[in-house]
Amino acid sequence: MNSVKLFAWLTLAFPLAGTIALALIGPKLPGRGAGWLGSGALALSFAAAIGTLVSLQGLEHDHRQIVAVGWDYAKTVGVDAQISLLVDPLSVFMILVVAGVSTLIHLYSVSYMGSDAGYARFFAYLNFFVFSMLLLVLAGNFLLLIVGWAFVGAASYMLISFWYRRGTATQAGIKAFVINVLGDVGLVLGTYFIFKHSGTLDFLATFEGVQDDFAYNDADLVAGCILLLVGAFAKSAQVPLHTWLPDAMEGPTPVSALIHAATMVTAGVYLIARMHPLFEWAPIAANVGAIVGCVTLLVAGTIAIAVTDLKRVIAYSTMSQIGYMIMAVSAGAYAAGLFHLMTHAFFKALLFMAAGSVIAAMAGQQNLDKMGGFRRAMPFTFGCMVIGGLALAGVPPFSGFFSKDEILLLIGDRGGWYWILYVAGYVGALLTGVYTFRMIFRAFFGEPVAEARELEEGHLHHAELHTNPANDEVEDTDVGFPGPEHHIAEREPSMKFAMGVLALLATVGGLLQIPKVTHVIDHFLEPSFEDSTLYERHPSDGLIAIGLVLGAAIAVAGIAIAYYIWVKNPQIAVRARERLAPLHRFLVNKWYFDELIDLLIVRPAQWFGAWAQQTFERVVVNGLLVGGTTGVVRAGSSAVRAAQTGFLRYYAALIVVGIVAMTFYFLLVS
Amino acid sequence: MDIGWYLTVSALIFAIGAGGVLTRRSPLVVLLCLELMLNAANLALIAFARMHGNAEGQIFAIIVMVVAACEVTIGLGVIVAMRRRRLPIDVDELRELQG
Repeated sequence: MNSVKLFAWLTLAFPLAGTIALALIGPKLPGRGAGWLGSGALALSFAAAIGTLVSLQGLEHDHRQIVAVGWDYAKTVGVDAQISLLVDPLSVFMILVVAGVSTLIHLYSVSYMGSDAGYARFFAYLNFFVFSMLLLVLAGNFLLLIVGWAFVGAASYMLISFWYRRGTATQAGIKAFVINVLGDVGLVLGTYFIFKHSGTLDFLATFEGVQDDFAYNDADLVAGCILLLVGAFAKSAQVPLHTWLPDAMEGPTPVSALIHAATMVTAGVYLIARMHPLFEWAPIAANVGAIVGCVTLLVAGTIAIAVTDLKRVIAYSTMSQIGYMIMAVSAGAYAAGLFHLMTHAFFKALLFMAAGSVIAAMAGQQNLDKMGGFRRAMPFTFGCMVIGGLALAGVPPFSGFFSKDEILLLIGDRGGWYWILYVAGYVGALLTGVYTFRMIFRAFFGEPVAEARELEEGHLHHAELHTNPANDEVEDTDVGFPGPEHHIAEREPSMKFAMGVLALLATVGGLLQIPKVTHVIDHFLEPSFEDSTLYERHPSDGLIAIGLVLGAAIAVAGIAIAYYIWVKNPQIAVRARERLAPLHRFLVNKWYFDELIDLLIVRPAQWFGAWAQQTFERVVVNGLLVGGTTGVVRAGSSAVRAAQTGFLRYYAALIVVGIVAMTFYFLLVS
Repeated sequence: MDIGWYLTVSALIFAIGAGGVLTRRSPLVVLLCLELMLNAANLALIAFARMHGNAEGQIFAIIVMVVAACEVTIGLGVIVAMRRRRLPIDVDELRELQG
C-alpha cells in the first residue's frame, strides 16, 4: 500500500477510533480528559491529512487521482459495491479543511463545554460527526458517499438535540433530520438514475463513461442530477429546504460552528464539484443549481438583516455564503467555489466562536436586543468578531474578499443570462456587509448592558435561574441541559488559541489566490478538474479590475450603511421598522417559508393521513385484510373443532378404522 | 407347529381386545381390553422370534410388558382418583376435552 492510501485511511481511522474510545472510556476520564482525547484524535487526523497532501504532491501531475480499495463489500447482480476511497486534490482539499477547522473547534469546545454534564458524550458525537464528513468527502463510489451522507445527517441530529431535555432543541433536531432524510432520498434516487445507464457505482468509471452512456442533456441524466441537487440543497440549506438550518442554532455553539464551517453544509458544494462531469453534460440541471444558489443568497441576506438572535444572524449568513458556493460550482467556477468554501470555513468558525464567547458572557442569552457595548469588556472576542466580519463582508485584504470576488468574476465571465447572477451576487454582497456589521455594532457598540459592565469590573455574569433562551422555560443544569458555568475566550487559553489561529487564517487565507498574482488553489485542484471544459478560463483584465474595485466598494458601503443606521442614528432603525412594518414582519417571519411548507406539504400530508386512516386503514386494512384473515382462520378452526367430540371410544374407533384402512391399502398394493 | 396358528390366536385376541375398547364404557374394562391387545401383539412377537430363532422379538415383548405395567399402574391410579372425587366411572360421560 503506498503512502497516499495509507494516510487517507489513517485520516478516517483516527476520528472513528476517537469516537469508540470516547464512548467506552470517555466518561471515566478525569477532568477535561475526554475533550483532550477527542481533540487529540482530530489533530492526528489532521496530521494524516497533511501526510496525504504531501505524498500526493510527490506524485506526477497526471497521476494524482488514486483509488484506495479497502475490500469488496458485496458483488452481486451486476453491482460491485466496494469500500473504496478516491484520493485526489479535491478530496484532499476537503479533508484538510474539514479536519483542520474541526480540530480547532474541538480545542474550543474543550473549554467551552467544560461544565456540561454530557461532556464525554459531546466529544464522542463531535468525533463521529467529523468521521462522517471525512467519509463523505473521501468516498470513492456512490455507495460510500450515501453512507457518509446519511451518517452526517444522523450525527447532526444527535448534536443539534444534544441538550435533549430542552423541547425546542429536540424539535430542531427532528426537523433537521427529516429534511436531511428528504435529501438522502434525492441522493439515492439520483444515484439510481445514473447507475441505470452507467452500470457502475465507481466515481471515476461513471465520469469517464458519462458521454457514452448519456446523450447531451439526456432526460435521465438531468433528472438524476436534479435529484442529486435535492440532496445537496437539503444538506447545504438551500431554498426551499433551508428551514432546518436556523433552527439548528438550538445546539451548542461549537456544534453550530462545526455544522456551518467545516462539516455538513459544505457537503452539497462538494457534491456538485465532485459530480462536475455529470453536471457539465447536463447543463439544465447545473443551471437549476446556479439559480437556486442565487435565490438563496438573496433570501438569506434579507432575513439576516431582520432577525435578532445573534446565532441566527450568522446562520443566515452561512446560508447566503453557501448560496454563493452552490452558484459558483453550478456555474463551473469550481476552484472559486471551493476557495470560498475554505475561507468561509475559517471566518465562519471564527464568527461562531466569537458569538459563543459573547453568549457565554450573557449567560446563555442570544438575543441581540439585550446585548450591547461589549467592546471594552471583551477586547479579544471583539477583535476576532471584527476580523471575521470583515472577511465575511469581503473587505480587502481579508480572505472573503478574494474568494467572493473570484466567484463573481468567473460568473460574470460566462456572460449571457449569468449577468443576472453576477448583479444579484453584488446585491448579496451589499446585504452581507450590512447584516454582518449590524450584528457587530449591536453586540459590541452602544451603551454597555449590565452584563458588559459586570464583566468590565472583572466578574463574569452568572444567571441565577437557568432558562431556555428560546422560550424562557426554567431549566436545571443536569445532563440534558447546558451546564452551570459559562466560559469566555478572554479567560480560556484553548478558546483563545483556536480563535487566534482562525483569525490569522481568515486574514491571510485569501492570499492563496489573488487574481493575476497567485493561483495556488487553481493549480492544486487542476488534476481533479482536468476533464472539465469550464475550468481554465481567463477573464479579461477589465472585468478583473471592475470586480476588485466594485467588490471592495460594495463591502465598505455595506459597513458604512450599517454604521450610519445602527451607530450614528439608531432612531433610523426604529423608524424604518415602524414605517416598513409589513416588510419587517415579512423578514422576521423568514419570508414565511416555514408557514409555506406547513401549508403546502405538512397540512396536506396530515389531511391525507387522516383521510387514509378513515377510509383505507379502517375499510381495507382493518376490514378486508385483518378481518378477512381472521374470518378464514375462524371458519377453518370451527370446522376442525367439530371433530374433537371428547368421546374416547370415538377416537379409538377412528384409530382402528385408520389402521385397518392402511393395512388393506398396503395389502392391495403389495 | 405352523406359525399360522399362533398368529390366528394372536389376531383373535387382538380383535376381542379392540372390540372391547370400542364397545365397553367402563374405563376399567377398557384398560383390561387394552391389555388383551398388547398381549396379542406380544404373542405374535414371540411366535416370530421363535420362527427366526433369535431373541429380538422376545426382548421387544419384555419391553411391551414393562410399558403395559406402567400404563396399568397409571390407568388404575387415575380410576381410583376419579372414584375418590366421585366422578362418573364412564368414558362417555368424561368428555370435557371437546372442541
